[in-house]
This record gives sequence, structure tokens and C-alpha cells, in this order.
Amino acid sequence: MSKMMTYGEAIREAMSIRMRENPNVLLFGEDVGAFGGCFGVSAGMIDEFGPERVRDTPISEGAIIGAAVGSAATGLRPIAELMFNDFLTVAMDQLVNQAAKMRFMFGGNISLPMVVRLPAGAGTGGAAQHCQSLEAWLTHVPGLKVVYPSNAQDALGLLLSSIDDDNPVMFFENKCLYATKSEVDNFDPIPLGKGRIALEGEDLTIITYGRQVYTALDAAKKLAAEGIKAEVIDIRSLFPLDKDMIRESLEKTHKAIVITEETKRGGYGGEISATIAEEMFDLLDAPVARIGSLDTPVPFAPNLEAYYMPNDVDIVVAAKKMF
Amino acid sequence: MAVSREQMKDIYTRMCRIRAFETAAKDLFAEGKIYGFAHLYLGEEAIAPAVCECLRDDDFITSTHRGHGHIIAKGGDLNLMMAELFGRYTGYCKGKGGSMHIADRNLGILGANGIVGAGHNIAVGAGLSAKIRGTDQVCACFFGDGSTNQGTFHEALNMASIWKLPIIFVCENNHYGISMSQDRHQAIKDIADRGAAYNIPGVAVDGNDPIAVFEAAEEAVARARAGKGPTLIECKTYRQRGHFEGDPATYKPKEEQAAWIAKDPMPRFEKYLEENGVMTAEEIKGVKDAVDKQIAEAIAFADAQPFAPEESAVVDVYSDIVAEVRER
Repeated sequence: MSKMMTYGEAIREAMSIRMRENPNVLLFGEDVGAFGGCFGVSAGMIDEFGPERVRDTPISEGAIIGAAVGSAATGLRPIAELMFNDFLTVAMDQLVNQAAKMRFMFGGNISLPMVVRLPAGAGTGGAAQHCQSLEAWLTHVPGLKVVYPSNAQDALGLLLSSIDDDNPVMFFENKCLYATKSEVDNFDPIPLGKGRIALEGEDLTIITYGRQVYTALDAAKKLAAEGIKAEVIDIRSLFPLDKDMIRESLEKTHKAIVITEETKRGGYGGEISATIAEEMFDLLDAPVARIGSLDTPVPFAPNLEAYYMPNDVDIVVAAKKMF
Repeated sequence: MAVSREQMKDIYTRMCRIRAFETAAKDLFAEGKIYGFAHLYLGEEAIAPAVCECLRDDDFITSTHRGHGHIIAKGGDLNLMMAELFGRYTGYCKGKGGSMHIADRNLGILGANGIVGAGHNIAVGAGLSAKIRGTDQVCACFFGDGSTNQGTFHEALNMASIWKLPIIFVCENNHYGISMSQDRHQAIKDIADRGAAYNIPGVAVDGNDPIAVFEAAEEAVARARAGKGPTLIECKTYRQRGHFEGDPATYKPKEEQAAWIAKDPMPRFEKYLEENGVMTAEEIKGVKDAVDKQIAEAIAFADAQPFAPEESAVVDVYSDIVAEVRER
């Protein structure tokens, strides 16, 4: 069965599938109940599952994540939503010092099957405190898995896997993608750590995830007009990372551009670039190019916000330097 | 229900176990046998055993950096605890946690915790879990006076209150947040008063009197099991040692220390047990001797255990990923 779904609907569908199957799966966060979530992702779920399992919380991000930790440690499989990934700052202790470390520091005695949903990204005019891309803060923490789908099919399959996972999974969602529709024909879990070739090509590899997959595809179109066939890899999970897919592509193209929406300095794009430089240097014909947003807070005005973010021209310019 | 003779004996035995364990830990730390941090529960022994006397094995507790007493009170294995303090592979956490990170899922011990105030919200999760799964389990959340100035304390009390979660918030007011005395770190005397802000009962009791603690805890546990929500119990006690072993605690006035040592819960409860015909002096000595033997055995056990093989350091970061974390 194939149907068109928005990215947001696919996330709702994945949560609903698991909540129908398992009474110990529940969703909680700010305004996820009757309000339907800040971006409407959980709209209507309260009607099917009730207010106990689609649970509104006070504005207490530390307690939201803490409640996920405590309930995951004692038999539930919670899905916690932070309204914006920017609010991680308020909940960081519970994630970094508790969720990420418990299995290890307790010698494997406690398992934390929990998902934290994190709407992220610029493009909505939310400015400096509502539009960041903070995934690299979490990829830096041993004990967390980090996932970032770019389309409805992947959102559905990756969220099913994330709910099934016995480790804390940080599930990033790009706010600008919520309303985008694409075809979904597979309702099975997609394993974490497996990338996806978004576009096949043989001259250049563009490695990315989330909304920037579309920037990469736009750039690939422009490059194709100039005779450069770019391959676009959507890594889908940041950790674990599908290094094999990157390697196989570079064996063919020998050129890599990494593009992420995060501010460039200290971002996950740097980690991917360093991994390629360390482990696949022999395959490269040119230095890895790394593109990110400007190293500034996210500006408010639409023209400034657009200037802040990376775009397809940045990729085209970087690509041309490699030939 | 009034505390029974059997319950009093059980509480006393656990108090003795804690006193002996902590005294040994103090000495072992001084000798360099155990390292890292040791935050001792000496002087506070009346609290956790009395609270845990009201709990079942399948109930939960959250603990603190000063966690040995909570873990022993909930039934933690002394050998495994001591082996963990020694950093050995067969310790509770396979040598990866140490004093501040002991957990035992089978006993509902959701971990000692190195972050002041972190347990409050984890307790909220445990309480929510019991509610969603439809059990009558409760969670006792232990914490110190210092942590009541963290935002987590307020978030957790609020959330537990609006959701009527089965949690007993047990504040061990030992009158110090590291070096800062309570009258300097907050402008209230009774932390129990803070319950009012969240519309939950707040009671202050003599934390060096296990019977007073038991009576308050018993009522709070019954209330929690009945679905009536959380209670805040403030147990007034005193940290007889520094914040950690090695802290000379010169900030504590000598007269204050002496006054609290005079109220030490151990001799005080022993006197009570004898005077009320619960235990004879001989029986008390019998308990002490048995406990001393258990602690000596735990030390011998720990000392004989192997250190962890180095490759075990990459295990249990994730349930299913090892190779990727081995890269340096």
C-alpha cells in the first residue's frame, strides 16, 4: 500500500502504530494533547489514546526529560517531545549526565528505551532561540543515538526503530519539512545507521541529512546542467554513521562535500569531514569541502535568515573548485 | 499503624549496617584502599532505613551522591557495593560507576547520582511509570537540603502534584550544601514549608529519630499507594563528616558539631530499644557483631576481586554498539 503523507503525519503514524501495539509506549511534552503539539504533529492522538498516554506537561523541560529517564528505567518506552531543540539547554543535565550515562555507569544494570523528539532548524522566522540546529551537541555524547530524517518514509521507519531501540535516541525533526508530502509505501522499521542514496551520481559525493538533502539535490540539478553528476547521500542517522555508504560512494567519485544546517564551527559536518580525511584519505582527489550556516546566532529578518543558511550556490561553488 | 518490634529491630539492623559500612569506607579511604570520592552518610542513619521499612522490594528509590545509606537500606548487597568502591569488575557496576553510581534494578534502586538534584525528576518518571502500568508501586526520592535550591526540585514537586504521582520526597536536611550552611543557602527554616507551594503535604520530623521518620513515611507511602499523590517529608539531621572524605569541614562550628554528635541516632536509638524492652543490650551487641562480620567479609570479598579487563570499558555504552566506540 502506498500513500502520500506529510513528514509530520509520518511521525504521528509511527507513534500511533507503536502505541496501538504496546500500552507501555506513551507521548508526553508541552501541549502535545488537545492542542496537538506546537506543530500539530500529535493532532488527534489524544482522541485515540487518551490524556494519560498523550500527556500534556507543564513548561518544565528538565522534568520532561527526567520523567522520560525515570519511566524508561522502570518499564515504559516513553517518547518525550521538546517543543524546540533550542530548549535542550534547560534539559541538558537529564540528557547528558543521566540518560546517556546510566547504562554504562551502572554496569549495564539499567536500560533506557526512550525517544526524545526535537524539532529543529531555521526558516520559520523564529530567530536566535527557536531555530538552531543543535544535533552536534548530542552526537558528542557517548550513550546517545542521533537520528535526523529528511522525508516522510524515513521519518516513519526511523521513528519505529527509535521507539524499538533500547538506548536513548535523539530524534531530530526539521520544522520546515513537517508539511512536505512524499510517498510512503513501507510501514516497517528502517534500521538506524543505514544511509540512503538520495541521488545517484559518479563525479562528486554530497553528504548531508535533514532539510539540507533538498539543498544538495537543488545543487546537484545545477551541477548536472554543467555536466557534473553529483551523488547525494542522506545519512539519516548521525550516530551510528553509515561510513560504508560514504566509502563506497567515494570509491566512485573521489570528491566529497559535506553540508549541514548547523553553524559550521564544531558542527557534525566537521566530524564527517574528519572521518573521511582520517579513514578515506587515499580515495580523495581534493580536500573535503565543508559547508554550514554562518557562525552567528540565527537572525530574524527573512533576508538575514536566508543569508545565514547554506544554499545550493555554496555547494556549486565548492564543487567547481574540485574540478 | 505503630511501628512493630520486628520493624524496629529491622530498622536498627540496617542502621548498624550503614554505620559500619561508612566507618569502614572512611578508614579505607584514608588508607588509600578506595579512591575517587566518598560522601558518607554518617549521622544520617535513622532516615533511609526507616523510610525503606515502609517500602516493598518492587518499590523504587532515587538516591544522591551520598547514597550508600539509601542503597543499604533498600537491601543492597554489601559485597557488591564494597567491590564497586574498590573499582572491581565484579562490583555492582563492573568498576565503571564507583561510590556515586550504584544501582540495582532488581531492588528498584534507580541509582545513586553525582548531580545534585537530578534524582527528583527521575522519581517523577518512576511514579509516572507506576501510574501508567497500573501498579501500586511507589518511589521514595531521597535528597539533601542543598538540592532544594535546584530548579529540578520545584519542577518535580509541581509535576508530581498535578499528576498525583506516588512519590515520597524525603529531604535529608543535614544543614549543609557542601560548605554552605542552611541558614546561608536559603531563607527558610523548614524545607517542608515548600510543599505548600505545590499543594502537597509537607511535614518536618526529627531525622535522628527513626520512629518519627517511620511514622511520617508510613503515612506518606499509604497516601501514595492510594493514589492520593506525593508527600514532602523533611528529616532534620546532621552531616557528621565533611562534604566528602578529605574535606576538613573547618566551616562547621565546633559547638554545633558537638551538639549534633550528642544527638547521634545510633546510641539514641539503642537506648530507646533497651528502655522500651525491644532489644536487650546483649541482642544489640549481637546485631553489631554480626554486622561487623558482614562488613569484614565484604572488604575481604572486595579485596579479592579482579579489576575489569580493559576491553570491558567499551561495553554497555549502548545495548548494541561496541565497535564504533572502540575507536580512539
